[in-house]
Amino acid sequence: MSFVRFAVRRVAEMAATLLTASFVVFGAMYLAPGSPASFLLAGRSASPEALAAINAQYHLDDPFLVRYFRWLGGVLQGDFGRSITYRTDVSRLLADRLPVTLLLITMALALVVAVGLFLGRIAAVRGGAADSAVLVTTTFAVGTPSFAAAVLLQGLFAVRLGWFPSSGSGEGLGDMLWHLTLPAIALALYLTGMLARVTRSAMLEALDSEHVTVARSRGVPERQVIRRHVLRNSLGTVLTTGGLIVSTLLVCTILVETAFGIGGIGQLLELSTTTKDFPTVQAVSLIIVALFMAVNLVVDLLLPLVDPRVTLGSRKAAA
Amino acid sequence: MNPTQPVPTLDIQGLKITLPGTARPVLDGVDLTVRAGETVALVGESGSGKSLTSRSALRLLPPGAVVEGAVRVGGEDVLAMDADRLCGVRAGSVAMVFQDPRAAVNPLRRIGDFLTESVTLTGATSRTDATARAVELLGAVGLDESVLRKYPGQVSGGMLQRVVIAAALMGDPVLLLADEPTTALDVTSQAEVIALLATLRERFGTGLLFVTHDLDLAAAISDRVHVMYAGRIVETGPAEDLFARPRHPYTAALLASTPRMEGPRGRLAAIEGQPPDLREPLHGCAFATRCPLATEVCDQRAPLPAAAPGRPEHRAACHHSDLLEGSAVDA
Amino acid sequence: MTAVLTRRPGLARIRATGSPLHLLCLGLVAAVVLAALFAPLLVPYDPNAVDLGNALAGPSAAHPLGVDAAGRDTLSRLLLGARTSLLGPLGVVVFSTVAGIAVGTAAAWRGGWVDSVLSRSTELVFAFPGMLLAILIISVYGEGLLAPVIALAVAYLPYVSRLTRSLVLAERARPYVSAYQVQGHSAVQICLRHILPNIAPVVLAQSTINFGYALMDLAGLSFLGLGVPALTPDWGRMVFDGQTAIQHGYPLSAILPCAFMVLTVVAFNVVGERWADRVARRDR
Repeated sequence: MSFVRFAVRRVAEMAATLLTASFVVFGAMYLAPGSPASFLLAGRSASPEALAAINAQYHLDDPFLVRYFRWLGGVLQGDFGRSITYRTDVSRLLADRLPVTLLLITMALALVVAVGLFLGRIAAVRGGAADSAVLVTTTFAVGTPSFAAAVLLQGLFAVRLGWFPSSGSGEGLGDMLWHLTLPAIALALYLTGMLARVTRSAMLEALDSEHVTVARSRGVPERQVIRRHVLRNSLGTVLTTGGLIVSTLLVCTILVETAFGIGGIGQLLELSTTTKDFPTVQAVSLIIVALFMAVNLVVDLLLPLVDPRVTLGSRKAAA
Repeated sequence: MNPTQPVPTLDIQGLKITLPGTARPVLDGVDLTVRAGETVALVGESGSGKSLTSRSALRLLPPGAVVEGAVRVGGEDVLAMDADRLCGVRAGSVAMVFQDPRAAVNPLRRIGDFLTESVTLTGATSRTDATARAVELLGAVGLDESVLRKYPGQVSGGMLQRVVIAAALMGDPVLLLADEPTTALDVTSQAEVIALLATLRERFGTGLLFVTHDLDLAAAISDRVHVMYAGRIVETGPAEDLFARPRHPYTAALLASTPRMEGPRGRLAAIEGQPPDLREPLHGCAFATRCPLATEVCDQRAPLPAAAPGRPEHRAACHHSDLLEGSAVDA
Repeated sequence: MTAVLTRRPGLARIRATGSPLHLLCLGLVAAVVLAALFAPLLVPYDPNAVDLGNALAGPSAAHPLGVDAAGRDTLSRLLLGARTSLLGPLGVVVFSTVAGIAVGTAAAWRGGWVDSVLSRSTELVFAFPGMLLAILIISVYGEGLLAPVIALAVAYLPYVSRLTRSLVLAERARPYVSAYQVQGHSAVQICLRHILPNIAPVVLAQSTINFGYALMDLAGLSFLGLGVPALTPDWGRMVFDGQTAIQHGYPLSAILPCAFMVLTVVAFNVVGERWADRVARRDR
């Protein structure tokens, strides 16, 4: 199978899964007890006008599938409907809040990749005390929920020591980076531990292979052996965790944004869930699922480029 | 180099290697020389220490190994070198052809990369020169330069072993170590690879240390043969002498257990018993428990290598060598 | 598809047989479980007894771990909180294990359309992280412990069913199964009496590992105020309640439940990983 055909097939598969996911997200509303209109109003003033507005906005008199495809058509054009709590277009809420979340996630991702790969590499290459230290540290890192990390960091570095602001996301890039430092660390902690472990075991496996001994026997300097044969060969395994890393970041950002009072889409999801603002919940859920699937797609497409043994369409040979 | 007393290409003297957690050395006083342009075979069962002996010429030792003795390549002790010099030797004067080409070549890098990496990364050669040399050597092993752009997974095992051989020649080595280079290949490739190694050895004038468990193969290609058992060289001598008139019962038993086309059909004489366990110390001759000629002295005192009468090149470490003389196959 | 446990990689060193860390973790697991079981007998105070005059007081002889912003005794809330904090993950693990084994066995045994429906829906569930699915369901059904437990169980189910499926496929290929079939045993009989006992250790080790994940996810939901109801003592909820106090420089009532959670999760992880490892070694 050529790469192009493989790519086209993967994109089509992703589109199909995304379509099903959107159906689940849309249909969830109809699982609620009571009529959709009363669910959407969720105890708010049920004046006849409001009821009529809801009915008109959601075309609740139309058959279910018609409503679904109308909603989906809107979503594809960037129209996620109107937020019930904020009385504004959901797409505007998203446009306001997505940048902060993306910045936070990017910062956390940078930390995860830099520190995780570094620790994994140290543990695998140095061994001994360095390895034990990394193992113990990462045992605690993968056992710490991100909100617990957030609360602990906040209590120590923001409140007690006053080195960082304890909440908010700041104005302007520099201020934002400063405000988002603690949240990014809290978000990155668990995944850094995970990535360090994945890297460590992938590198140990690579270090064990005969071709590494062969490279050494041919006088290739040790630094180059590590770079060209050990790191290079663990890349595939590390890459396959990409989807998991990004989905975990997207989910944990809900907790971290709430802990630090950052106005991103994570906090938006938390607020709209508490206030039963279902159109907003739908939109944020769908965006999280879509981002996660997009990353998985990128990983799938990159994998054959990183590992020539991967026969297109299977992940098995990645090692 | 002194013309009257040429320095051997490889000169191993009294090599003794002890690994952690074992009761006796894995290698115990190994002496072995390979002269310039000579082919020497090192024969033994798996676990006898033959691979470790050949790898010691590159100082490729298992972690935690305690080493005594000397391993000189062109007069220089490999065991005493600093890391930079060692890299130089590994990339230049000594090269190894490994058993399984599929495992020896990184499957994720192009074959061209594999060929050139040792000489370019040690700074010995420029990239362009290295590529030109790689193309030339690929020609010498019967492959064309299109292989350079391929990944190891895209060529056959036999072709890949040719690549490994070409790679070994990249640094103009004076010594080539071949560690069972044919066991992982199918029968037709085996013969091709052997023929190729012999041709290349002649053409480039390198010394060749050929590690194998196959006696016939050893006899066919080598000038001299060393037979190893349980970490010791038990017999050494010119190939024809050694096979015609073995002076160690182990060699004789090995010869008897090899299937032959000519000669009488019948049951093969398998060697009874197991090689000694590394976890138990050895007091006498390592082969004593399996040896039909063993007497009390064999259990008490390890025999020292002694030359055959009138043939100083042919030496065996056996208390009863003289009993074997002239009776090759019926030991 | 090979039988590979989804687990935190690279714990080999820590799981070394009889290592002090493992014994420590085993002791911790036992302590937490005992605390949860006997909490009502152990607690010195009513966990919801409010004493505003004493709010945010530090540790004292009367309140060894201090009190929270509403003047409630932290030690009592921590001990009772162990119950909900462990019961939720237990529900998730039990449900996802039972359903996962059923679905995985059916898919492996029947094959055909059952199998392809399963693998399609597995892919779909993988696209929804467990927490997101839980939030989606909470947004429909409202807060409480049941909805998130079911949502997480559904999210964890594919991990168990995928593992079960590959294990059953491997087991089914073994000769004893056809021997029983020839003797006229029914498929259900063979599955229940012979195949399940053989694959159980591997699946249960996976479930122990899932326990830690479920604990973190459920605590996260309680931290968002979406999990357990407001007055229930629960570690996640305690962190949620203690947040404002942190901002005012009284971190104890929020930090203690965090520490309890981390220790519990680490203990369950280490114990589960070691079990998984031993099972894997036995199978080899």
